[in-house]
Amino acid sequence: MNNQTTTTPLNFLNHQTGLWSWLTSTDHKRIGLLYMYSIVTFFLVAAVLGLLMKIEKSAPGETIMTAQTYNALFTLHGIIMIFIVVIPGLAAVFGNIFLPIMIGAKDVAFPKLNLFSFYLFLTGAGLGLYSQFANGHSPDTGWTFYVPYSAEASSNVVIALTAAFTLGFASILTGLNFIVTIHTMRAPGMSWFRMPLFPWSLYATAWIQLLATPVVGITLLMVIAERTLHVGFFDPKLGGDPVLYQHLFWIYSHPAVYVMILPAMGVVTEIFPTFSQKPVFGYVPIALSSLAIALVGYFVWGHHMFTSGMSYESRWFFSLLTFLVAIPSAIKVFNWLSTMYGGSVDLQPPLLYAISFIFLFTIGGFTGLTLGSVATDIQVHNTDFVVAHFHYIIFGGMGFGFFAGIHYWFPKIYGKLYSIRWANIGWGILFTGFNLLYFPMFIMGIQGMPRRYFDYDPKFQLGQTISTIGAIILFTGLITMISNLIYHAYKGATAPANPWHGVTLEWQIPSPPPHENFDEIPVITRGPYVFDNPHTTK
Amino acid sequence: MSTTNHTAHSEYIDSDTGKMGMWLFLFTELFLFGGLFIVYAVMRSKYGEDFHHAATELNAFIGATNTVVLLVSSMTVAMSLTAIQKNQTGLAMGLIFITLLLAGVFMMNKYFEYGHKFELHLYPGSEVMHNLPHGEIMFFGLYFLMTGLHLFHVLVGGILLTIILLKIKSGKINQEHFLLHENGALYWHLVDLIWIFLFPLLYLIT
Repeated sequence: MNNQTTTTPLNFLNHQTGLWSWLTSTDHKRIGLLYMYSIVTFFLVAAVLGLLMKIEKSAPGETIMTAQTYNALFTLHGIIMIFIVVIPGLAAVFGNIFLPIMIGAKDVAFPKLNLFSFYLFLTGAGLGLYSQFANGHSPDTGWTFYVPYSAEASSNVVIALTAAFTLGFASILTGLNFIVTIHTMRAPGMSWFRMPLFPWSLYATAWIQLLATPVVGITLLMVIAERTLHVGFFDPKLGGDPVLYQHLFWIYSHPAVYVMILPAMGVVTEIFPTFSQKPVFGYVPIALSSLAIALVGYFVWGHHMFTSGMSYESRWFFSLLTFLVAIPSAIKVFNWLSTMYGGSVDLQPPLLYAISFIFLFTIGGFTGLTLGSVATDIQVHNTDFVVAHFHYIIFGGMGFGFFAGIHYWFPKIYGKLYSIRWANIGWGILFTGFNLLYFPMFIMGIQGMPRRYFDYDPKFQLGQTISTIGAIILFTGLITMISNLIYHAYKGATAPANPWHGVTLEWQIPSPPPHENFDEIPVITRGPYVFDNPHTTK
Repeated sequence: MSTTNHTAHSEYIDSDTGKMGMWLFLFTELFLFGGLFIVYAVMRSKYGEDFHHAATELNAFIGATNTVVLLVSSMTVAMSLTAIQKNQTGLAMGLIFITLLLAGVFMMNKYFEYGHKFELHLYPGSEVMHNLPHGEIMFFGLYFLMTGLHLFHVLVGGILLTIILLKIKSGKINQEHFLLHENGALYWHLVDLIWIFLFPLLYLIT
């Protein structure tokens, strides 16, 4: 089966053909690609919504839409981006495609469950879209579904809640699958500390998915019960407590931020050693800091609620923990920079994206501390500052991590090379647009521009205009980047098995990988990032 | 470890792998109920008196009966697993059948309990409920949501056990391959375990 020399060898892309063979495949690589195509589609839809919101804000007053439409748009933008794109994103796409390969397994532990969770994901995504169009009452609660508004709004909140619940269930099953896979399917000789760092980050992520998601699941069910049965847990008229909802919601939704960012950290951790041709600096601290982030990140949710009514002691406690969780993130940043130091750095597109990841993530991280300290948070809470902060983390972090990953693994997945030149151009446009779009929002936020308003005081005109121009540039960059990749997936030159001289297991098998990854399960005798001798002979 | 690598695409999942998956799933179930337990804790500390008073409306006798029923059913499902491991197929099927019967008894008791509450108009959203003190509204809301979600789990467990019964009959579950049976039994124990917490929290705090 594995004749690498002449004719087209069979691989996971062509060993079976036809749409049906894809839709029913339990091959982790195919499921990963199915996720990727769905997620990228949803991402583009939500990106267009974001662009429309920015165009609305190009001038004060009503420009292209009413206030109610704007409310529906930011809700839909948030629901799609958070629940459909960013939370599943990296783990479902690159985790599915590369986790088994990087630990030397033929598939995940439960291949059928993997396919099932993909369809759960699609169902949830479909319900999310349906909630927007059924009866013309798009939800307008924002993605956080805060009560009492979400319990009373006349829009399709129940459908949107069900969608989020279903997507959460899909996320739990993916996490469960990955934990079991990592525990039981590592190749012989691959001890925990011989495992590459992307699987390590997925492992930490999977525990958060498993232990935090059920809490939001039951919380969303309670809001559904609130709306349909009037149980009143969150309704002060009946004795309930709206702040309780915020607690329950953020118990999940703050750890969810680490579900978004940890796999992105894992991706760039693979990229830095490869493009520096140097072992990763501080392997053990990076691996353990992922777990530390997962653990501490579970206990910081209260920093979303400094202005909602909490005791002095709880604010003090949550603020302290928020500062603590910054430490493992900083350890990682330090180690990435040290990995490049003294290496033979090759500035290819994946590394460009990975370096911009550090840049944007650091800005996002520091402004996160501004929000994590009680006094400054009260000044900037619910302003554009918050919006800018989490876009720097989520888009600048997870988004750029994803772009880094796709440029890194594209030759492996498709067996084709993309145009380096166009990838660089796309990166330049994207990076410029990104900072023009979001940086002014920090300044406007400090000056008092509230978030979620479709209108603004004319004194913000300059900042808003720069931001709108940035949005258009950013969108152009996205199109450039994606066109380059799609075009070369079909027309690109054939890629060698290991174009970047990587040393982890996925680079030791042909591109694209064969159906069952390995003819023979490799036996691991050394750590994952040894560059002096080619690791390829087996 | 080596066996799992070679059976990734075969029909039977390695037993240890499958059991680990089930245990992790049970953790998520505990966290799902955990959210409701948090709400319970908050409301109980806020409205202790009302909770005591509202709990007198519940029938501790039926609650206790159901506790015994579930405990016995946990035993029979565990015995059926031992039976299949000793290749006593008929006995295993009989024991699962008894477990299903006990699940039926549990649901029947619940039906009468709920029915009685509805007769008294003690359900969320009713006119009578609206005029009760706040703490009692919260208590009955929690009562219906917690026992309702639990009842849903009893139902799912019942379906799972029925599937297991049919698979034992068709020989797909046998002395060598009983992973599904074992996982089904684990799930049933979870159903039992959650009830053991619900029973005192709701019925015995008067």
